[in-house]
Amino acid sequence: MKALSKKRRHPLAAVALLLFGLLITGSLYTAAGSISEAKAADTTTASQSDVDEGGKLFVANCATCHGMNAEGTNSGPSLIGVGAASVDFQVGTGRMPMQMQGPQAQAKPVQFTDEQISQLAAFVASLGAGPAIPDEESLDTTKGDAAHGGTVFRVNCAMCHNAAAAGGALTRGKFAPTLAGVSEKHIYEAMVTGPQNMPVFNDSNITPDEKRDVVTFLKTIEANGSAGGVALGSLGPVAEGLFVWTAGLGIIIAFTIWLTSRPS
Amino acid sequence: MGDHSHGSPENSGTVAKADDVAQDRFPDPGLPPHRPRLADRDPRAAKRHERQVALLFTISIIGTLFFFVSYFVLGHLGDMTFAELRVQNAALGLGTAFAMLGIGVGIVHWAKTLMPDHELVESRHEIRTEADRQDAVEIVDTIIEESGIKRRPLIRNSLIGAIALAPIPAIFMFRDLERSGKTAGEMVEQLRHTMWDTGVRLTRDPSGTPIKASDVQIGSAFHVIPEGLNEAEDVLNEKAKAVVLLMRMDPQEMNISEGREDWNVDGIVAYSKICTHVGCPIALYEQHTHHLLCPCHQSTFDLANECKVVFGPAGHALPQLPIMVDAEGYLVARSDFHEPVGPAYWERGQ
Amino acid sequence: MATTNEYTPSTATGRLANFVDTRVGASTIVKEFGRKIFPDHWSFMFGEVALYTFVLLLLSGTFLTFFFDPSMAHVVYEGSYVPLKGIGMSTAMASTLDISFDVRGGLFMRQVHHWSALLFVASLSVHMLRVFFTGAFRRPRELNWVVGGVLLIMGLAAGFTGYSLPDDLLSGNGLRIIDGVMKALPVVGTYLSMFFFGGEFPGEHVIPRLYSLHIMIVPAVIILLLVIHLFMVVTHKHTQYPGPGRTNDNVVGFPVGPVYAAKAGGFFFIVFGIVAFISGIFQINPVWNYGPYDPSPVSAGTQPDWYIGFVDGALRLMPGVLGDFSFVWNIPFPWGDNSLVLSVLLPALVPAGALFTVMFAWPWIERWVTKDNREHHLLDRPRNAPFRTAMGAAGVVFYCVMWAAASSDLIATHFHVALNDVTYWLRALFFVGPLVAFWLTRRICLSLQRKDREIVLHGREAGIIQMSPEGGFSEKHEEVDVYKRYLLTNFNDNQYIPAQPDAAGHISRKEKRRAKISKFFFEDRVAPVTPSELAAAKAAHGHHEVEGEKQDSIEK
Repeated sequence: MKALSKKRRHPLAAVALLLFGLLITGSLYTAAGSISEAKAADTTTASQSDVDEGGKLFVANCATCHGMNAEGTNSGPSLIGVGAASVDFQVGTGRMPMQMQGPQAQAKPVQFTDEQISQLAAFVASLGAGPAIPDEESLDTTKGDAAHGGTVFRVNCAMCHNAAAAGGALTRGKFAPTLAGVSEKHIYEAMVTGPQNMPVFNDSNITPDEKRDVVTFLKTIEANGSAGGVALGSLGPVAEGLFVWTAGLGIIIAFTIWLTSRPS
Repeated sequence: MGDHSHGSPENSGTVAKADDVAQDRFPDPGLPPHRPRLADRDPRAAKRHERQVALLFTISIIGTLFFFVSYFVLGHLGDMTFAELRVQNAALGLGTAFAMLGIGVGIVHWAKTLMPDHELVESRHEIRTEADRQDAVEIVDTIIEESGIKRRPLIRNSLIGAIALAPIPAIFMFRDLERSGKTAGEMVEQLRHTMWDTGVRLTRDPSGTPIKASDVQIGSAFHVIPEGLNEAEDVLNEKAKAVVLLMRMDPQEMNISEGREDWNVDGIVAYSKICTHVGCPIALYEQHTHHLLCPCHQSTFDLANECKVVFGPAGHALPQLPIMVDAEGYLVARSDFHEPVGPAYWERGQ
Repeated sequence: MATTNEYTPSTATGRLANFVDTRVGASTIVKEFGRKIFPDHWSFMFGEVALYTFVLLLLSGTFLTFFFDPSMAHVVYEGSYVPLKGIGMSTAMASTLDISFDVRGGLFMRQVHHWSALLFVASLSVHMLRVFFTGAFRRPRELNWVVGGVLLIMGLAAGFTGYSLPDDLLSGNGLRIIDGVMKALPVVGTYLSMFFFGGEFPGEHVIPRLYSLHIMIVPAVIILLLVIHLFMVVTHKHTQYPGPGRTNDNVVGFPVGPVYAAKAGGFFFIVFGIVAFISGIFQINPVWNYGPYDPSPVSAGTQPDWYIGFVDGALRLMPGVLGDFSFVWNIPFPWGDNSLVLSVLLPALVPAGALFTVMFAWPWIERWVTKDNREHHLLDRPRNAPFRTAMGAAGVVFYCVMWAAASSDLIATHFHVALNDVTYWLRALFFVGPLVAFWLTRRICLSLQRKDREIVLHGREAGIIQMSPEGGFSEKHEEVDVYKRYLLTNFNDNQYIPAQPDAAGHISRKEKRRAKISKFFFEDRVAPVTPSELAAAKAAHGHHEVEGEKQDSIEK
């Protein structure tokens, strides 16, 4: 104990404590920040029984906000014509049902099974024509062109989602989420349906092939990881500057204190 | 505990008012006595430090060898995967780090433990002695006197004139930094014009394919360049002024000012993508709030009110591109922008 | 004429040394520097860090120039990074990608260069803060303070010109912002921009121009200033912290040979090692993520490197319109309207201008207010100059508010608050923060000075609780030793100097202003303990203890 209290007064103790604190805060943040990956559901062809089951689920879980016939209320928009893709995205990423009203619905653990989601999707799709859940073919990243996808991504997506897909801020508490860990299907669905405040990128704006290219690009950079080491969140110069001022100068100050201290 | 002088500056005895001056000071006791180190007293400790220093230098040698191994074994030219690159980069970094830290820490450890640690005292000298100053003044006077510059004002004044004029050509030499050879008027005027003109089709960025009015649904955002941009001479220069964001919203929700009634096509509107603040591309469209946000400095524009500024540092609304539909149903420009796009500048005016 | 008694060395080394000595007079240099004394303190090392990172910048930068091609000619990338294969870009960007992916160790060197650059400016800044807060800029070192300030500005220039070279999306948008700021300058702005970019933005000329500035002019100026800076350090000899045995007339420390040279030389390798470690493990500026520059796209989180951040933050904080009032003023002239773009001019020029003006002028401001024109070789402990420390803290907070504003979007996303609210809060802090910082810092300094007095007068709390024969408890106070007491009592004690009449007996308005400032700075002041005070306190102390015992017994 006595030795410890003696060491506590060592000039390096403050530095060590600071570094320790930063390390703890950093790792806690990383742990808290990692988003549980939503598993993609297999697309199955909808039967009448799916539609009926979906209708029951809808009345039980969604009708409070979206209305008994999905016609929309003050607390939720009409779902007629939003299509199966929209349901699959919103429910499949856990955004719906919403936990609470806020600037925007946030991804959270998925509330329904894959089967229930496809039933709900079938029900909503039966109400009016809308974008369908993309098939395997349009998500096949082996057929996409990552370089072209990157160009399309930079023009259409990077301003909100960041060039490395790390996410970014929007106005008044809204934000564009990171795309790391989002499944191919959900990326594709987000483009065709324009969830929350995201614009709709219909097939005449970004063609299905280009959408596949975008997905391919995102999956390529995700699989690649970072070439130069720890990416510091891919947040750019702010993260780099913060790192230099904390860790960089911290290490240097620790050395300068050692260098100018008198040995026993 | 008694009263150890807490309280406000006025009444506590510790805070002197400015006008009473501390007269006496404690005498300087001189440097504290020197405390010998372990290595000074114990030859075995000195020997141990010696071995530690040698070990640190050895670590440096190993680090250098490790660098070579990682350069030649881990690295190869062409088509390295990111994982390979990451490992090689880390290995090069660690090899260098150990090579350098081994030397650095070794030398410092040597200096700290084995070199004498008696602090020495050196006295400071006057920066300028009075004798030196007098000598210098004398020399300068002699120089001025011998040159005769004071006695011959004609020489002095004409020299000043010549020296003042001589650098001016050097400044004018830089006139051609502007490489296009435009006159001053043309330079300013070109900021008012873009590639857009009556009948120029709106095409997708970057493919250059034209857009039909029916392609644009409510809530969508198209990134648009003028037709023929990709074949233009100065693609980037033209693009830097001509990029446009095309959106569609419910015509009921739009407030349209006088004179702009026919600038949209059933709620399809086109606005310059260049921020009026300092020129970042402003492309963050929120389809429900109808807000456009610039990711650089957060200027926010309201699409429902002709892109007036609602937040942030931009000083004026985004210029609108008047559009219409041509015979084939494609969206075309009705004319060029009616005001200069991008950041405001001195000659911009209203 | 043969010299008969010239010294002839016997060993090979001796002969070589003698050869050099007789040609350049090395003996004088060795005599001057060999045992020159340098004081030792960890806070004196930041200037060295800056110097060493600059050396690293020269080394890694030279390596990079062998592979980098600063041309803006259009090429199609065919290197080994797949997600950009077949994409059109400038030669500069393509060669940056080649350095990263097709030159072994090239990525490592790029990262060494960039991390060194960030560390270079950071250590320069910390070095200047150290000099400011300890008062090392006072006579005779005012000029060296100015040279240091210019070095900082040149560091920013070097950083900015380098940041733009790869011609990627991030730096391209940075250049576009510079273009916007230039155009906002009244009268000359538009032409300045045209001359800088060789025509309209972005043109094909700006990268090669920045390159020649970055690798030639700017480093040459830095080296020149560095030499002047170090020359003056040698002329003045280093300052030292106050303490027993350290006076204004001496330097206490270690001789250059061997201790100081070993430490300083070893420290270069340490800094190199740290930078190499960071560059090996942490990625910086992944230009392949941003893609080539194109005026249409932009990435969320577009920010400059940290040292330009405060200007970017100021740009973000400024409102462009307030209600119906726009900060772009259109001024009617006979030939037409001209625009005065205050929404850009004010934030881009005023805060940075104010910071640098006060920084450069501070030695003279302080000399004027304190009427202290003496030479100072002993540093102030920051608490012993409350006014200066408080001003410095206000400046730091002012800077940091703008700095934080440059990352308002990341603050919003990472702390789950609204972007707009972050801006509103920072706007308020921009004005209130420095005032609060000034007041708070001064109070803290004065309190610390009182604590020092306390320790000298009444000793330090020993942590030992004593029980008196009557059963009262009190903590034992140990008297500080003479060395500690000297440190705590021997400081430069600035006082309020009322307005002084000049030779004609007249008090000028300027002098009245000075007196006002002097009063504001020094009205609250804690004087050092004097021997007579200590004697009085000692005499009273016994009395205190008796009193304490009485109180204790009353409580029981």
